[in-house]
Formats: sequence, structure tokens, C-alpha cells
Amino acid sequence: MHNKRVSFFEATARTRVSTLVDSGSFTEFCPPSKRFTSPHLARLDAPVAFDDGVVVGSARLDGQPVFIVAQEGKFNGGAVGEVHGAKIRGLLDRAAVEKPVAVLLLVDSGGVRLHEANAGLIAISEIMRALMATQAAGVPVFALVGGSCGAFGGMGIVTRLCDEVIMSEEGRLGLSGPEVIETVKGVGEFDSRDRSLVWRVTGGKVRRALGEATQLVDDDVAAFREGAIAAMSPVQRSANDLATLKQQHATLVQRREKHAHTVDGIEVWRQAGFAHPEGVAMLSASAFNEQLNTSVAEVKS
Amino acid sequence: MERFEITLPSLHVSALQQSALCGVVSSGNLEVMIEANSTPESCHFEVNTSADGFQDIWRAVLADFSERHKVGGLNISINDAGATPAVVSLRLTQAYEESQEGSDA
Repeated sequence: MHNKRVSFFEATARTRVSTLVDSGSFTEFCPPSKRFTSPHLARLDAPVAFDDGVVVGSARLDGQPVFIVAQEGKFNGGAVGEVHGAKIRGLLDRAAVEKPVAVLLLVDSGGVRLHEANAGLIAISEIMRALMATQAAGVPVFALVGGSCGAFGGMGIVTRLCDEVIMSEEGRLGLSGPEVIETVKGVGEFDSRDRSLVWRVTGGKVRRALGEATQLVDDDVAAFREGAIAAMSPVQRSANDLATLKQQHATLVQRREKHAHTVDGIEVWRQAGFAHPEGVAMLSASAFNEQLNTSVAEVKS
Repeated sequence: MERFEITLPSLHVSALQQSALCGVVSSGNLEVMIEANSTPESCHFEVNTSADGFQDIWRAVLADFSERHKVGGLNISINDAGATPAVVSLRLTQAYEESQEGSDA
């Protein structure tokens, strides 16, 4: 489709959408010409965007119908305001009715848009509820995380609700962002200016080693596309019932015990069985996946 | 924030292939949206900018753009977060070219 590599990290939300799905297949809902802009930002005398920082619509992926959401991390850090959130929630509601093969959520967000306070918080909770209703209707939701803002705050939780989490090393996933942790707990707890440390603790490779991300791909829109296509093939997903939830909680308790003294991603990679954990940051996605699969196989055998 | 509208004379656009949206509203950047209007001999600009007091410079940049390109019959809407005149000029041209060529997807 595209011969030239398109960096997911560098691309705008619109470029990510147009290069990820089948060429020319995207139809936007609530397009910028409708001017659904944020009334809160206008009241605060702050600049607005015609799409309120999120692109939503339907498309085809490998010939199959999908719905897609792409947050624009460059507009207010991809943060979720009332209109932005309503667009995502509305798309998920529609997916539960129209039942596309999957919903792709291109997350690039620091969480709630602070300018919009309660309206933003409510929007996040509406997205969570709608996402689970969509899953309950039989439509899987995939998170694709590889933008500069990562997936933090409420959007970090939304990401973890998804059936698949596809990340690049550049993508980050967490609840409180590094700056927030440093502000609250001090620089001794977490130095947010140590970029290498930030990525070793929140980046795609550590999330994949912990099993939170289900796929690690290179920073290339085509690689994210392949990952999403692979995720669409029918698989038996674990049921969203109480027994599964209890089992997941038990796994988290075990993980907490296992990593009680872990302060760096290097320890996670060592425990995951990487022979040279210090060198993991330099591995390509394919080399990383190969070594991860080998070590998992060794543990099992 | 400052909001103003300007209508400038320009040659009629050859053919608007599609509406276009370029750029992102982030610091030092802006978004430009191009749509068709019903006045073939003039271009209508609506500017929303976070930088107050630069209307004269906006007028100069937009007049220059309207002279260089055939943009009669277009509405151009701008959300600006403090872009420099050079960046504004480049984004306008980028959006214009995209509206002429069709999508690159």
C-alpha cells in the first residue's frame, strides 16, 4: 500500500488513520466541517480545534469493516474533553449496534483534559462503560499505542480494558505520568527527565514483557496495520466473567510479589528470561519478540 | 484569543477537488480548513488566534496568499496557537495544494 515507511510516533492522527486502513476506505463521522469544538476551551479563551483533537469513523482493514478512533496528541496532549470523549463514546455505542469486525483505538493521550475537569472525567467513565458494552456485544476493541503522549490517566485504564494492546517501544502506558509521580513523590522516586529510565519503566518493551501489551511492533504505521490485522483473526478470548476477573487479580498479586523490589525495566527483562537485559532497549521489535518467545518456551518446557 | 474575518479578492479557483484540513492546533502551529463558498471572485478567511494584536500581519500574509493562488470561491478557516507568519504561509499553501490534488492516501 505505502512503500515509504511512515513513523507512527511522528505522524498526525489523520495521517495515522489514512495510512493504517485500506487506501481511501475511511469515512469520518462528525468531521471537522461540522465544527464540533469545545465550548469549555472557548469559555477559557483557549484555542479550539475543529475536530476537538480526535478523529472517528468507519473504514476497511484488509477488506473487513472496522471502526477507528485516533487521538491527536499534539492538541492539548490528546487529552479527553467533553466533545472529544462524546465522539469516542458515540463511536463505541454505534459499534455495539452495527458490529464491525473490530474497533481500533489509536490512543495518544495524557488522560482527562484538565480545562474541562468534571466533564472530562465523566467522558472517560462513559468511554469505559461503552467500551465494555461493545465488547459484550461481541465486538473486540484493540488499542494501538505509539504516539508521543502514550496512554496515561483515564486513557491508560481504557487501553487496559481493550482485548489487544499493540505497542511500539516508543509508545508508553501507565496511570500516573512520570512528571506527576516526580511531583508527588520526589525526584528520588522517579526522575521524569531521565528519558531512558522513563521508557524502561513505561515503554512498549517493558509492557510487552509484563504481558500488558499483547504485541510489540516497530514504529511504523504498516507494522501497526499488520498487528491489527493479525488481531482480527478469530481467537478464543477469555470470558469477561467473575472467575476470569478473580484469576486476573490473583495474577496481579503474584506479579506484585515477584516484582516487589523491581525499580527498573531491566529487572523485568531479566526475569522474563532475556539473556542480555541491558541490551534489550536496542533490539528491533522482531529480535525482541523472538527472544521473548524463546524464553517463554524455555520456562514452560 | 482574537477572532476576525477578512474577505479578499482572488481569481476563481480552478476546481476544488475536496475540502482539506492541514496542521494541528499546538504551540506555534495552526490548523487550516478549506471549504467551498458561493462567491467565486473572493476568498473568505475566518481567523481564530491565541495571539492578540497581530491583525495587520495576518492581513499581509493572507493578502499575499490570495495573490499567489487562485482561491476565489473558497472559505478558509483557521485555528491558530501562535504560529509565525512563515508557518502560516506554509500551512495555507499545504492546505491549498491538498484541496487541489485530492488525498494522498
